[in-house]
Amino acid sequence: MLVGRVIGNVVATQKNDKLRGAKLLLVQPLDLQQRPRGAAVLAIDSVHAGVGDRVLIVQEGRAAQLALGQGVAAVDAAIVGIVDALELDGLEGHGSGA
Amino acid sequence: MWLARVVGTVVATRKDPGLAGTKLLLIQPLTPERTPHGKPIVAVDSVGCGVTEEVFFVRGREASFPFLPAEVPADAAIVGIVDHWSLG
Repeated sequence: MLVGRVIGNVVATQKNDKLRGAKLLLVQPLDLQQRPRGAAVLAIDSVHAGVGDRVLIVQEGRAAQLALGQGVAAVDAAIVGIVDALELDGLEGHGSGA
Repeated sequence: MWLARVVGTVVATRKDPGLAGTKLLLIQPLTPERTPHGKPIVAVDSVGCGVTEEVFFVRGREASFPFLPAEVPADAAIVGIVDHWSLG
């Protein structure tokens, strides 16, 4: 799993049937210093996250399908948690701003 | 999933039988700011989109799922057409 920040929401009327009703959010993965890391991903939201939230995302098909709850579906990323706090003990960059 | 823009079509007469009848599109992955991200890839279309449209796609094993029970040997599939997105 990765920690990321929800940076936007995506509206797509025409999509795969299994994705009907699913909420799609843009998530920017973060490094331990809370800086953007890599490309932003589009993830199914299963925990009612919103823009600005720090979240836990899975980037694996099976896990994302479980989060979506539609059986076998064409999804490969999902938000599975909202991060309340993240503590980095003994690492540079301590202080997550949580 | 990832954002992309459809930038072209691919025609391949001789291909794996599992790909018969599929529409192959060339897509350019995008950042949320609409700048190209990485190299263009070929993806199978599962939603009926066309060139210049903004879409999202899945990569990996899940790319074949929209076509079940047919087994399509694809590693990227377009699964939605994006109407718009907003950055908070």
